[in-house]
Amino acid sequence: MTVAATPAPSPATAGEQSGVRLARSRRNAELYLLLLAMALVAAYGATVEANLLDTVTSDFWMPAAALGAVFLGLHLVIRFLAPFADPALLPAVALLNGLGVGFLRRIDLGDAPVAERETLAVFAGQGGRQLAWTLGAVVLAAGLLAIMRDHRSISRYAYTLGLAGIVLVMIPAVLPSSISEINGAKLWVRVGSFSIQPGEFAKLALLVFFAYYLVRKREVLSLASRRFLGIDFPRGRDLGPVVGVWLISVLVLVFEKDLGTSLLYFGMFVVTLYIATERVSWLLIGLVLFFGGAYLAYVLGSTVGGPFANFYVRAEIWLDPFADPTDKGYQLVQGLLALGTGGLFGAGPGGGQPEILPEVQNDFIFAGIGEEIGLFGLSALLVVYLLIVERGLRAALAVRDSFGKLLAGGLAFTLGLQVFVIVGGISKLIPLTGQTTPFLSAGGSSLMANWLLIAVLLRVSDGARRPVTGGGGGKAARPSGGPPEQLHGAPTEVIKP
Amino acid sequence: MNAPLRRVGVVVMVLFGLLFANLNWIQAYKADEYRTSDYNGRVQVAEYDRKRGNIEAGGTALATSKETTGNLKFQRTYPLGAKYAHVLGYKPVNLADQGIERVENDFLAGTSDQLIGDRLKDMFTGDDTGGGNVLLTLSKRAQDVAYDQLSDNKVGAKRGAAIAIDPRTGAIQALVSMPSFNPNPLASHDTNEASAAYNKLEQDPEGPLKNRALSETLPPGSTFKIVVAAAALENGIGKTTQIPAGSSWTPPTSGTPIRNAAASICPERQVTLMEAVTESCNTGFAQLGVRLGAETVKEKARQFGFEQDDLTVGQLGEGGLPTAASRTGDIQNPDGSIDQAALAQSSIGQNNVRMTPLEGALIAGSIANNGSQMRPYLVRQLLAPDRTTSYYTAKARELRQPVEPQVAADLREMMVSVVRNGTGENAAISGYTVGGKTGTAQSAPDRPDHGWFIGFALDKNGNPVSAVCVMLEQAGPGGSAEAARIAGQIMKAAIADPGGR
Repeated sequence: MTVAATPAPSPATAGEQSGVRLARSRRNAELYLLLLAMALVAAYGATVEANLLDTVTSDFWMPAAALGAVFLGLHLVIRFLAPFADPALLPAVALLNGLGVGFLRRIDLGDAPVAERETLAVFAGQGGRQLAWTLGAVVLAAGLLAIMRDHRSISRYAYTLGLAGIVLVMIPAVLPSSISEINGAKLWVRVGSFSIQPGEFAKLALLVFFAYYLVRKREVLSLASRRFLGIDFPRGRDLGPVVGVWLISVLVLVFEKDLGTSLLYFGMFVVTLYIATERVSWLLIGLVLFFGGAYLAYVLGSTVGGPFANFYVRAEIWLDPFADPTDKGYQLVQGLLALGTGGLFGAGPGGGQPEILPEVQNDFIFAGIGEEIGLFGLSALLVVYLLIVERGLRAALAVRDSFGKLLAGGLAFTLGLQVFVIVGGISKLIPLTGQTTPFLSAGGSSLMANWLLIAVLLRVSDGARRPVTGGGGGKAARPSGGPPEQLHGAPTEVIKP
Repeated sequence: MNAPLRRVGVVVMVLFGLLFANLNWIQAYKADEYRTSDYNGRVQVAEYDRKRGNIEAGGTALATSKETTGNLKFQRTYPLGAKYAHVLGYKPVNLADQGIERVENDFLAGTSDQLIGDRLKDMFTGDDTGGGNVLLTLSKRAQDVAYDQLSDNKVGAKRGAAIAIDPRTGAIQALVSMPSFNPNPLASHDTNEASAAYNKLEQDPEGPLKNRALSETLPPGSTFKIVVAAAALENGIGKTTQIPAGSSWTPPTSGTPIRNAAASICPERQVTLMEAVTESCNTGFAQLGVRLGAETVKEKARQFGFEQDDLTVGQLGEGGLPTAASRTGDIQNPDGSIDQAALAQSSIGQNNVRMTPLEGALIAGSIANNGSQMRPYLVRQLLAPDRTTSYYTAKARELRQPVEPQVAADLREMMVSVVRNGTGENAAISGYTVGGKTGTAQSAPDRPDHGWFIGFALDKNGNPVSAVCVMLEQAGPGGSAEAARIAGQIMKAAIADPGGR
């Protein structure tokens, strides 16, 4: 921790900064890590081809190269627009996204007739679509970085975003099933062959609203409260709007039977409330409500049925998937068998049979990948996810404004919770609820929303790691337009050394 | 706000720790259970990824694999359908495999330890040569005749079996169980279709899935007299010795008289042993059995192969298709003493005596082969995937010596007499010496009798070329004569095309 122990700043950063330890941008580290990630993705593609085609075609590197080019573009954007952003985020996400594209391409190869496998185009099939979506998602993320030069600026649109979040959540519910329902869940808006899941974006919009509202009201929420059962409850009018927004979202989702997302929103809300108020009682209340609600839904599902029947069925499957292994429990059983077959080392990329898993491209992608890369591979993936989440939380710790803290903290936790919900679901740790696996699952909406999330985290981390003592000049300078506006009523925190 | 953020960080760590622990539980602790689960289709897909080897007989592929475009890469097909079903068995996707497909599964699938060299070679050359080939001993012509004659028998029997053996080696020349079934739908990749086909066969009252030649026993009737005659020859009775006969005889302890099949059969008070066999004289053999004693009869049957539980038919080493043991059954009163009436009944192949067609063929074969019973086998050779290397070649092995050569010669003479002058005339083949013994066995008072024939054929030099047993279940009158006719046809075909040894 001593200054003497730290290596001398590299020339690239030394020119911009004046020896302040925090000021190292580490953009080159990001570049090297990114190249490493792409090399891994290319190696994955080669192994898949070796296993599935018995030969490695001359264009095995093309998906990795295409992705590499896209990510390199984002890297350059970060260099110019967020030079102090956390250097680990982009390579980590790029690795996950690249493996996702590679795995989806592997599914395409597995599904294709043997004769056509070698000639499968890079932009064909699910893998190709995912590649294209990645391109779009990264451009979107770069665009957000360009528009949002300071994360605090989005707080201006908090109410708009909150409203937009509710609308996004509700759109599929009010649309006729013919354009909103896929596989029994009303979560989509379909136009022709093109479909988006507005709920994925609602997550971000609602979180901005929560963060803004809770930061603005945190004094009141913490202080002006009534004591009941030994717990301090804030006044209804203080908590009202945010509870209202959350309740609407969750109710809609429950009736859309999107249990995973409602669980996600619940967790997101409780955690932002906890971070904002620093009161453990909120976590306890949240947990009690959650488990109480889940148990109630289970009981209601077994007796009343109706909208709760679905939950009851899922809980029963979770308790014993092998009770009905060929029908209701089929998917979970097959997921477990895939993971078990993978064992410690896995069958090798392209060596397993993940194609037989239902929904392997979406909910069960982690099980499908796990069959081929085994426990060691999955553990590595989990570590990458954990790295992203903890880096996000670190940005939240380091950033100086409460809104940024709450925003980054909430986003990072939500990402981690989403991974927990889906990976825990497919591995029978918790009841299975449909969720995409961030950056791996097929689908543009999820990819775009999660890349936007990463863009926000990059922006917050840039703010957090930016040197305190003046922006200096050049590229690292704060964009013109005066000092960032202060959030109304948000207390400024003092950085502790 | 940093304190709760740090705690959230810890919470995330804990959540991921739970995921990690749970993945360890599934992928390390429970991995084997999941990998080998019945619901895990991956094992099968992997199994169908390599081309399974052929099962062949006499240069004809009986079971072969064709490449498909489906999820399972190779489709198992049985080009000759029902004809070889009971020998080959079948290799279904979701059901249990049967027959040679089951017992030679490792070799056919290419996963056998014997083939490790070929697998290593594949790894380096990048070829996918598939599993090894199994060559059977079956004679295509004998099998054709056995199947066609049995399914088109003239007495209208719906169930039956035929098995032909090369007496000198034990190589099985033909093996048919009737009714048979088409194994192709069972190997369908559409598991619903396969299950439906299986359930239909399983519920068929005629029991087509049963291998009647190897694993079903029935009372052998008069064919069992050969065993009693062998015991008599070893106990001071010659083929021309006069033995008591008569049109009816009542055992000492029972009021139920034993009669002959027709009034014309041995009504004399005494006949020679030769005549008793030739005409199938029930009264003669009943008295002979009682005179010899239960132990002598049972011991002789045991020496011929009765009571052997563990005989398998496949390679000459371990493994193969399981067979049922033939039994002489209890010949006892409740107090443990010998039941003379039961002994009299048993001596003519009734009471509790039960025999498989395989055992019948083994008896005939050992008599033809100078009293030496060869171990029956079906697998002649195991060939490498590229057919260049043989991993196994059958070397004939004696199973037991039920009778001395001289006794065998006497029995041969008597059995030849049965075909020349007696009840087995239908089995005669011109240019060959054919011997045999017919059998008509009562199953139940209200059901038609079973028809049996066991026999052999010798060439001009007296060398045995085929031994056969044909059984027609509930064939009724004329059943044994029809069995004899079919047996003659099978042996004729086996002589023309003896099959592999």
